[in-house]
Amino acid sequence: MKICVCIKQVPATTEVKFDPATNTLIREGVDSQINPFDLYALEEAVRVKERLQKEGQEATVTVVCMGPPQAEAALREAISLGGDDAILLSDRAFRGADTWATSFALAQALLKLQPEVVFCGMQAIDGDTGQVGPGIATHMDYAQAPYVAEIEGLERRKILVKRLLENGYERCSVRLPVVLTVVKEINEPRTPSLRGKMNAKKAKIPVWTAADLGAPEEKLGLQGSPTQVVKVFSPPHREGGQKWAGDADELSGKLAGLLKELEIV
Amino acid sequence: MSIRIIDENCNGCGLCKRACPQMAIEVENKKAIIDLELCNFCGACAAACRFRAVAIEIEKQAREDLSQYRNVWVFGEQFRGKVAPVVFELIGSGRQLADARGSELAVVVLGSDLEAAANELSEYALDKVYLYEAPELAQYDGERYARILADLCRGMKPEILLAGATTTGRSFMSQVAIKLYTGLTADCTGLAIGEDGLLYQTRPAYGGNIMATILCPYTRPQMATVRHKVFPHPEKRNNAKPPEVVRLNLKPQLHTSRSELIEFIEQVEATVNIVEADIIVSGGRGIQDPSNFALIQDLAQALGGAVGASRAAVDAGWIPYAHQVGQTGKTVCPKLYIACGISGAVQHLAGMSSSKTIIAINKDPEAPIFQVASFGFVGDCLEIVPLLTKKIKAMRGQG
Repeated sequence: MKICVCIKQVPATTEVKFDPATNTLIREGVDSQINPFDLYALEEAVRVKERLQKEGQEATVTVVCMGPPQAEAALREAISLGGDDAILLSDRAFRGADTWATSFALAQALLKLQPEVVFCGMQAIDGDTGQVGPGIATHMDYAQAPYVAEIEGLERRKILVKRLLENGYERCSVRLPVVLTVVKEINEPRTPSLRGKMNAKKAKIPVWTAADLGAPEEKLGLQGSPTQVVKVFSPPHREGGQKWAGDADELSGKLAGLLKELEIV
Repeated sequence: MSIRIIDENCNGCGLCKRACPQMAIEVENKKAIIDLELCNFCGACAAACRFRAVAIEIEKQAREDLSQYRNVWVFGEQFRGKVAPVVFELIGSGRQLADARGSELAVVVLGSDLEAAANELSEYALDKVYLYEAPELAQYDGERYARILADLCRGMKPEILLAGATTTGRSFMSQVAIKLYTGLTADCTGLAIGEDGLLYQTRPAYGGNIMATILCPYTRPQMATVRHKVFPHPEKRNNAKPPEVVRLNLKPQLHTSRSELIEFIEQVEATVNIVEADIIVSGGRGIQDPSNFALIQDLAQALGGAVGASRAAVDAGWIPYAHQVGQTGKTVCPKLYIACGISGAVQHLAGMSSSKTIIAINKDPEAPIFQVASFGFVGDCLEIVPLLTKKIKAMRGQG
């Protein structure tokens, strides 16, 4: 079985700050990391692979990432965590892509690979949209299962999943090929093994360009993106209010009074 | 597409250089120079420039006549015939947008047996309620729902389409946007019609550290999802004209799906659904032990609220992931958020700092949670919370 995982390299976002004095983003010295949700996607893909291999079936995990040349580091890390090989989509034509154009480019690459199962994280912590996974499935015309918390079974033609919603879980049977997006609850990712690290070091990571995808440029990058960012600014600043100290009885009394004042009680 | 510096306007101030996340800009001889090999056209420089010296040109135009698109639609998410609360919040916002555009506001509901939902919606200031009923639509199915809504948009051409940023809305609206080749902005916190008639969509990014305003100029509908509780629940329409309820008919070929629901396991405790709650009582590392979460639970119940948790508490296995608030959990916007024994790591703040009132209880007076808390209580939450619960129960008893 051919399994693919889409990952994104993101800045350690909480370090990105906005400087209201100059109206600019401060991103200097911010480290990059694999989007945390994608680590759960990768781990689940590797677990499925290992399970299939134990049953005597062939299975591989290919990791795909779209980004600048530096994103190769994220792919090497993914190999150290159990990916077999990796492909970097990198081209000036991909730049400035919104979720439509990003999912389009990733879908074109995945269509060349023809996986039976594609794993994505439920969202990236920088953009926070959760739109790319379902977008990929739609571009590829694959079935999809977003917000997967557990894979209950995988057969030749279908997969059984448990999806996490606001008010409970949905158990679904979905036909392959399929794109899944996973939530944090699904597993606990491993740390790299020594062998994984060796593989990561040795791995040759091909770079695919727009020409390799055979994709029309007008559907890629900024050119292919229906949305445009027109303004970036700082969120309203929140000031800390009054603070009280004292013994528990006094504080709980004050709190109860406050809740009454706020018309909560 | 192209990007260039307009030399007449540039004074070499360097704002663009500092804004550039790619470090693609240098200033030489008091003029900015963009390294096109590094530039990714993100537009941060143009947003930062105060002298209109950055020109980004996209040779793009609409594929069709956009004036044929009219009216504002809200996707009427429902579960077993009950309309999701966020839909009403969107009706409030959608009304303003429709009025600004001089167009109609409609809610589109897909499902089966939608009579009750239609009645509920008819109490609000809407122009139309579109119902599409079929037995296969009784349960939500992303593939089926997306195909149907995309087909309705192609035929009826709404100018704006809004949906709740629920697990359903976020994944299913993405499918619709891809099918229609139009833009979708996730998790908007502000929606307004500009002088140019376009929908200005404002949303947080980078864990709430920055806000971005986004347009969808060349394609329709302009699509956006909005989180729970961002907009207030609107007033009912009172004596205004009731909306026209229109039942739609489509080809049953649209009903196919590759996914089949086996069962829905409902989480019945009211304390679980944190995104819809008006009051959230949250516990963190300071709770110290899983059994102490009962104290949080008791307070939440006394207040009629839901139980939240920090990542530390979830990772320690004290409480299920569904309760996690923050960057890798849920983003919430309740009227009142009570943080008990939560230090307030930035990842947690990203998920709750837009709550209307924040009360923090923490032993450490320097805990970062106090920097966002409207009211801070320095003390042991394990002692304060049970006493507070008792006092609230006593107050309730008297009332």
